Amino acid sequence: MVPLSYYLLLSAVLFSIGAVGVLIRRNVLIMFMSIELMLNAVNLSFVAFSRFLDSLEGQVFVFLVMAVAAAEVAVGLAIIICIFRNKATVNVDEINLMKG
Amino acid sequence: MELTLFVIFGAVAVASAFMVIVSRNPVVSALFLILTFFCLAGLYVLLNAQFIAALQIIVYAGAIMVLFVFVVMLLRTGKEARRGYRLIFQKSIGIIFVVLFLLLLGSITLMVSVTGMRGPYTAEAVRHIGNTQAFASVLFTDYLYPFEIISVLLLAGIIGAVVLAKRKR
Amino acid sequence: MSPFWIDLIIMLIKVIVVMGALLGGVVVMVVVERRGAGFIQGRLGPNRVGPWGWLQPIADGIKLFLKEEFIPAQAYKPLYLAAPAFFMFIAFVTFAVIPFGDKVELFGRTIQLQIADVNIGILYIFAFASLGVYGIVIAGWSSNNKFSLMGGLRSAAQMISYEVALGLSIIGVLMVGQSLRLNDIIGMQTQYWSYLPRWNIFIQPLGFLIFLIAAIAEVNRIPFDLCEAEQELVVGYQVEYGSMKFAMYYLGEYTNLITFSALIVVLFFGGWHIPWIEGLNIHPLLLALLQVVAFVVKVFAFLWFFVWVRWTFPRFRYDQLMRFGWLVLLPLAIFNIFVTGVVMVLIP
Repeated sequence: MVPLSYYLLLSAVLFSIGAVGVLIRRNVLIMFMSIELMLNAVNLSFVAFSRFLDSLEGQVFVFLVMAVAAAEVAVGLAIIICIFRNKATVNVDEINLMKG
Repeated sequence: MELTLFVIFGAVAVASAFMVIVSRNPVVSALFLILTFFCLAGLYVLLNAQFIAALQIIVYAGAIMVLFVFVVMLLRTGKEARRGYRLIFQKSIGIIFVVLFLLLLGSITLMVSVTGMRGPYTAEAVRHIGNTQAFASVLFTDYLYPFEIISVLLLAGIIGAVVLAKRKR
Repeated sequence: MSPFWIDLIIMLIKVIVVMGALLGGVVVMVVVERRGAGFIQGRLGPNRVGPWGWLQPIADGIKLFLKEEFIPAQAYKPLYLAAPAFFMFIAFVTFAVIPFGDKVELFGRTIQLQIADVNIGILYIFAFASLGVYGIVIAGWSSNNKFSLMGGLRSAAQMISYEVALGLSIIGVLMVGQSLRLNDIIGMQTQYWSYLPRWNIFIQPLGFLIFLIAAIAEVNRIPFDLCEAEQELVVGYQVEYGSMKFAMYYLGEYTNLITFSALIVVLFFGGWHIPWIEGLNIHPLLLALLQVVAFVVKVFAFLWFFVWVRWTFPRFRYDQLMRFGWLVLLPLAIFNIFVTGVVMVLIP
């Protein structure tokens, strides 16, 4: 059986890649995808813990995280469409006004 | 066998996650992200969480990423132009801190062993009652209120998206 | 030989037979579609190649095979080439969990007439069916053509909308069947109420209707073929595809059609179950064969229904399509779940 630490390490690596993505990319869509990647990395560690602790709470949490992610994506993409409509850009450096 | 599958899924997941953040084209990013999710679903099957694996594909690959691809195509931003100033300071600091963070997490996961309280759902027990039934029995008893609250959150999400995306007249 | 190898060989035989049956079904469907269109429109249809035109699909295949392989200059090549293969692959893989017959005792071994008996069979089908849309969307985007892009966008929005209704419409069946395994769902339907077989169509007529409509939308056929729409989008996402790449889409579409027909039969019409046959004393092998034949006959009945609908109804307008999906089908599906729940509480 694959030890728990392997899964956690993989999860940590995926999370870090997502974090790098948010930090180095300026395209708001790709930043958003990186956030999804980070959520999924956390999900992986939840499922791994649930398997190695013989309990299903971890999977229930993943279920809830998925529902939150779905709602988040719907609202987030709607916001991005609004921004694009106003400013015709998806570069976060150019989205620097509080209003307008 | 299990280790081989783990290595394959893990390697593909990491490689495609890397492609997500380096690709210049958002559509290609989105497709690599789908590949990552697919590998994660494979890992969930290895971890005896078949129901979550199916949900991962239905919700993430089948719904969320379709929405992403739809918006990327709708906006038609094309390739990201290389820009004059490139935020070298921010990027290098960011990468350094993320690497440190990764080292921290990695050392913790390799050194510490799991000490939590064990639950009743061993692999044998879950196989006996079925993964979906076991999952449902936990979700609809101990976690009924979170489940109900999440439905309110989803409703709020629907209304929010409709209000935001609607053209003002 | 060790049991492992025997199992492997049985599995391989099953995969080959099912693949062959699907391809054969597609070939038959090509003829049925074209001759059926002719029949409905009061003309002959293709009747020159072979007896009654039955060799027409072979002629079509040879024609497509010999066409020039064409790649548009501005296309995004890797995705442009991968999209049709992905679409066809997903279409074939989806069929893997459909049971086409009961267990058979052969040479002292019990053989399940199904490629993979997954305990979350329904979810498996939904997972893969929802991936099929990428084959269309990516084709639309990578062809770098306005009509293609429009087709891809329409398809993405349509698939998301109708998948919701499709998923909710079978919740009633799952509530009655108490299982996600397709074999268990069929097992429930082999029982009787006095003389009436307990098929889900009698318990869930509304669910069946919603599922049928949403299934037509999922396989992109008239009246919901907005992503192809010859008259406005000159076949949408397929504009830039020719020769074998077009043939792959063709194959994938008809395979999807067969899969959804089979799913309707499994969920609502008892799968391979033949009513009132248990009383007759038939040899088990013959019975198994008859059940497979019954399954195929039921599937073809629905395939013909799809052809009938396609050549009878006009196409929806896009806003009508969306309005219908979200404001009619979705509330009806939720109402169906509610009623099923109430009835199940009242009548234990």
